[in-house]
Amino acid sequence: MFFLLGASLGAQDVAIGSKLFSESRLLGEIMAQAIESQTDLTVERRFGLGGSLIAFEALKSGSVDIYPEYTGTISEAILKESGVDYEDELNDLGILAGESFGFNNSYILITAETAGLSAISDLKNRGDLRFGFSNEFVKRGDGFAALNQAYGLNLPEPKGMNHGLAYRALAEGQIDVTDAYSTDGKLQEFGFQHLEDDQNFFPEYLAIPLIRNKLAQEHPEILGILSQIKIDGSKMRELNYLVEVMGSPIEKVAYDFLLEEGLVSKGSKPSFRHPIISQTIEHLQLTILATLIAILIAVPLGIYISFKPRFANVVLASTGVIQTVPSLALLGFMIPLFGIGFTPAIIALLLYALLPIVRNTYTGLQSTDPILIEAGRALGMTNWQILRMVRLPLAASFIMAGIRTALTINIGTATLAAFIGAGGLGESIITGINLNDNSIILQGAIPAALLALLADWGMAALAKKLEPRG
Amino acid sequence: MSLIVTLYICAIVSLQNIDKWFDGTLVLSDITFQVKEGETLCLIGPSGSGKSTILKLINGLLKPDSGKVEVFGKNVATSDDVELRRKIGFVLQQPALFPHYTVKQNIEIVPKLLGWNDNKCAARTLELLDLMGLNSGRMEERYPSQLSGGQQQRIGIARALAADPALILFDEPFSALDSITRADLQDEVLRLKEKLRKTTVFVTHDIREAFKLGDVVVILDEGRIIQMGAPEEIKANPSSAFVERFIDRDNE
Repeated sequence: MFFLLGASLGAQDVAIGSKLFSESRLLGEIMAQAIESQTDLTVERRFGLGGSLIAFEALKSGSVDIYPEYTGTISEAILKESGVDYEDELNDLGILAGESFGFNNSYILITAETAGLSAISDLKNRGDLRFGFSNEFVKRGDGFAALNQAYGLNLPEPKGMNHGLAYRALAEGQIDVTDAYSTDGKLQEFGFQHLEDDQNFFPEYLAIPLIRNKLAQEHPEILGILSQIKIDGSKMRELNYLVEVMGSPIEKVAYDFLLEEGLVSKGSKPSFRHPIISQTIEHLQLTILATLIAILIAVPLGIYISFKPRFANVVLASTGVIQTVPSLALLGFMIPLFGIGFTPAIIALLLYALLPIVRNTYTGLQSTDPILIEAGRALGMTNWQILRMVRLPLAASFIMAGIRTALTINIGTATLAAFIGAGGLGESIITGINLNDNSIILQGAIPAALLALLADWGMAALAKKLEPRG
Repeated sequence: MSLIVTLYICAIVSLQNIDKWFDGTLVLSDITFQVKEGETLCLIGPSGSGKSTILKLINGLLKPDSGKVEVFGKNVATSDDVELRRKIGFVLQQPALFPHYTVKQNIEIVPKLLGWNDNKCAARTLELLDLMGLNSGRMEERYPSQLSGGQQQRIGIARALAADPALILFDEPFSALDSITRADLQDEVLRLKEKLRKTTVFVTHDIREAFKLGDVVVILDEGRIIQMGAPEEIKANPSSAFVERFIDRDNE
């Protein structure tokens, strides 16, 4: 228990965040290891924040000090003022835009090397080519339609297709052109031709670190360290490939890269853990700690309302109302109150766990045979002794069933905690959804389901052991 | 005069002019009787006559609206209920054994509450199981659900006797048992009475049981004492038609 708490409350000098997808995590990890290796500062990693706005909010509020972002995202999605000088805007918010890492992760168009095309303008009037654009690219306002118009390509509206399938189709010659993100690791497997954006249609999505001014003033050396990190587009693609396709641990890929660049000293090698293991540990920390705290609150509360029945309805109704709040909304409410990360996730989860435990404690205590209470009293037990020796032991199976329900609910709900940067198996699920990659989704979903089954089974076994005999 | 004083001194239980109301209904009216040391007093009456209420007044579970209840010479209204109850054995209508406790644990409840050590508790349990004729088949390790109704009630009696109380209250203990088991247990109580000479108040609605076990029988109806005396006296001189009808059941 103290270990679990300690893991979440330890004071760190620098908190580095990242968004959910692996490129963002990789950049976060690379920055973290570089700082750890070149300074005495301790770094806390708060990776997997559920989206640009949450990550930016975390930075503004100081929950994280640094996270990697893309210039296009800053102007289009966060500040929502394209064309304005975003650096000034950020400065007003106390945020410093660091130097670019040196690659641009924007949309690109790709063809087979044999197609004899080299730039987007080569596509003009080429209705004979087979286009297989991703669904997203076809639908976006700044996607196909805008491109067609800006370049005057005069192409018919294409049908959308699944992104993952498009690469395979292009490689097998079933289509001639598709869209891609320039640093997509899966591109590494194929030798596609990148069509040059010769009219600069696609906005720049340069990767940069966003840094809190406060940190930059306190530790100016960090700016120097971050500016040394330079990754070009093909290198980033290769690193993404190692993580997404080859399944190498992010920590190892980051370390190997930094070693190659001479930015870490040899021997400072961090311990690598497979993400499933570290996510499972985080998941267990979240659910077990939340359930334990919930037990400490809910069991006494259930006992209290069994003595004061006029409060019973109020308490049961209010814990019931909490339960009806959708999980994502409840997690969302936590951000303004408690920021992001472990603490708000624990609080949200324990709120969910209250009702089943309070209700079962109350019901269990109420269901004691009145004749046994009378017997206890007639034998000279005090009210407290009747509670401790008779009512609680007889209600134990009810209470255990409540805890079992709470724990199982929590294991499921905790997958959403990844949205507010609390980690856990939800990270894989959300990453997989973002990347439209079922295998990554399953890397989170299967262990989560197994944990739920295991917890249910374990609690059933425990309940059986604790159940009064006879 | 000196005889009356002696009676009061020897009275373990004394009820003086008790009235008790429940929700605007008078359930006990002007109840007065004493139970002398070593005596078994049977309270009998139809259901609703107030006999169980009297037991609850004796062990402090209920307080009288007027009158005074004294147990061991002390006013129940001003004594510590919990301390008092630990000095009084109580056998309930259903055995009301705690289902999550073994026979041994059930019997040892009051001794443990009184702070006896484990050895003393264990010795007492074996002694009581012996006394109740339940000393076979590792009885002390069993759970109540593994016992017959008669065995359960014997354990209920053993539990009441565990801390060797000076007063035992029985609240219709055998009403749920079949007639053969009931007769067995009545014989058992009779045997214990001869052997232990405990002061006892025994509530029943079975007149035969009352005549069989009681040194004194108190007949109640609608919260009043109709007749009180030794079984032979009552049989010889029933005071009213009600008592006669009650006694007649004995001859059915």
